[in-house]
Amino acid sequence: MKQKNLLIGIVLIALYGLVYYATEVAEIIDPFQQVNLYLMGINIIAAVSLNLIVGFTGQLALGHAGFMAVGAYVSAILTLKLGQPFILAVFAGAVAACLVGIIIGLPTLRLKGDYLAIATLGFGEIIRGLLVNIDYVGGAAGMNGIPKLTNWTWLYVFTLFTIFMIKNFINSTHGRACIAIRDNEIAAETMGINTTQYKVMAFSMGAFFAGVAGALYAHYFFLIQPTTFSFMRSFDALVMVVFGGLGSLTGSIIAAMAVTGLNAALIDFGALRMIIYAVLLIIIMVFRPQGLLGTKEFTLKTLFREKEGGCERVKNQPLN
Amino acid sequence: METLIAQLLNGLSLGSIYALIALGYTMVYGIIQLINFAHGEILMIGAYAGFFAVTALNFNFFAALILAMVVSALCGILIERIAYKPLRNSTRLAALITAIGVSLFLQNGGLFVFGTDFRSFPQAIPKVTYRFLEGAITITSHQLIILVVTIIMMLLLQYIVQYTKTGKAMRAVSYDKDAALLMGINADSVISVTFAIGSSLAAVAGVLLGLYYQTIHPLMGLMPGLKAFVAAVLGGIGIIPGAMTGGFLLGIIEALVSGYWSTNYRDPVVFGILILILIVKPSGLLGKDTREKV
Repeated sequence: MKQKNLLIGIVLIALYGLVYYATEVAEIIDPFQQVNLYLMGINIIAAVSLNLIVGFTGQLALGHAGFMAVGAYVSAILTLKLGQPFILAVFAGAVAACLVGIIIGLPTLRLKGDYLAIATLGFGEIIRGLLVNIDYVGGAAGMNGIPKLTNWTWLYVFTLFTIFMIKNFINSTHGRACIAIRDNEIAAETMGINTTQYKVMAFSMGAFFAGVAGALYAHYFFLIQPTTFSFMRSFDALVMVVFGGLGSLTGSIIAAMAVTGLNAALIDFGALRMIIYAVLLIIIMVFRPQGLLGTKEFTLKTLFREKEGGCERVKNQPLN
Repeated sequence: METLIAQLLNGLSLGSIYALIALGYTMVYGIIQLINFAHGEILMIGAYAGFFAVTALNFNFFAALILAMVVSALCGILIERIAYKPLRNSTRLAALITAIGVSLFLQNGGLFVFGTDFRSFPQAIPKVTYRFLEGAITITSHQLIILVVTIIMMLLLQYIVQYTKTGKAMRAVSYDKDAALLMGINADSVISVTFAIGSSLAAVAGVLLGLYYQTIHPLMGLMPGLKAFVAAVLGGIGIIPGAMTGGFLLGIIEALVSGYWSTNYRDPVVFGILILILIVKPSGLLGKDTREKV
């Protein structure tokens, strides 16, 4: 076990060094690829945090972009208007998103399935609608000239931090409780799990990391507008989660990279890009509705030894 | 007082359009429990069909309306067969994502085929303003047309659902699909009919929206689609009178907010009301509470 952790540590540091060398020192990666690399990191954070809510706790949420918006705006206010350091701004943005998550989660998480999806969609739209009306943050024109503080080091650290925290959460007692709620809420409640508490916990934790993703986004693209965080961004994150497999962290990571890469690859098609994207999405859903990995995790072990016993989620179980 | 009446009339015409769209949402949801996110885009297709019928084929307004309904109904059936039918037995989430995918496809397909410009919708019916009570109440011919067409469509739908064999089959399938299958009802064709009816109502809404705002655009279905969906939830999703109530209510609220406060706060207020209703009464205004059994 210790050896394995050491190996993973070495691989992660090597990956960091390699990309650092390629972008900052040798400059092999051109600006377009670099944008996509950063987007990949931000999307991984968004997808993994949404997977905690949708995939592991079974609460269908469509307002993730709203939390990203809160993180982005709060952090941008701190760096741009109040001159605070970047790291403080990111955490303030994340905490703000987390608080909004608790405020939204407490009343709405009593709703189930589609109703929760609609309520969270509504909240995402409300956050966006309010941002348009606040002159302090630029209204519809948004905030411009945010210092470009997101560099490869910060991005890498925050991405790893997110994955690490969520992975540990899922493997903890609390995470198990969340998975129990996903699989059968009534049974979980009967077993003495405080379902409301755990749902709010997972929801606010997802919101926290969505805030981190938003803050990183704001400080890389230096321009944020209310439309940046529209329903389509929530939907993008959901696509990554479902495509990778509900309840598979590695699935979300792979899917976030694949979808970002796909978007970049289709850029040459111009107007046809979104049409091809939509068709691919429909085809994937029709032929593999459970996603790339289902609830399995991708590890080197499963790669070499296929038949490993384990409990898999019952197929075709509706998400309620 | 005059602005109040004017806003109420505006709200009534906008609300009736929302109600028409919401009916399609609610019928599809009632029968296969799917939020058909592509419904707003079917509306857009209907609006463009109406546009081309009037401009290219020189149809009059009502012939264009019927052509738009037929085109949209076919589109609805086609979408159901290609995208939703293979997912009948998979998770609700997969179906939801597919629906959003279809919506994306139609939006961008529309942008690709029709271009990104706004087109001015032909004024197939001249806009006349009628005044009553020394100008205290003014109503335009367009508002009248919208109201009359909507009421006719609603009565027609009520007739189909309540008094025809198809309607009976639809109600049976939405009540219990498996039992309906055992009774010899062809659920697939019932679902197709539901999509056809819902889509043709959306087409009517699209043409009326074109008449109301006088412009059409490939992304025109997005916001009305979302709003109508809110209306359907407001009234209780899956319930036909609920969709009508929700639609009218939403239209009036929206007009009052824009008239007395600011158009900028229109959308936040609409979604705020949605969330309030969901928290107080999750099944909607006319919905019945169902408790989940173990």
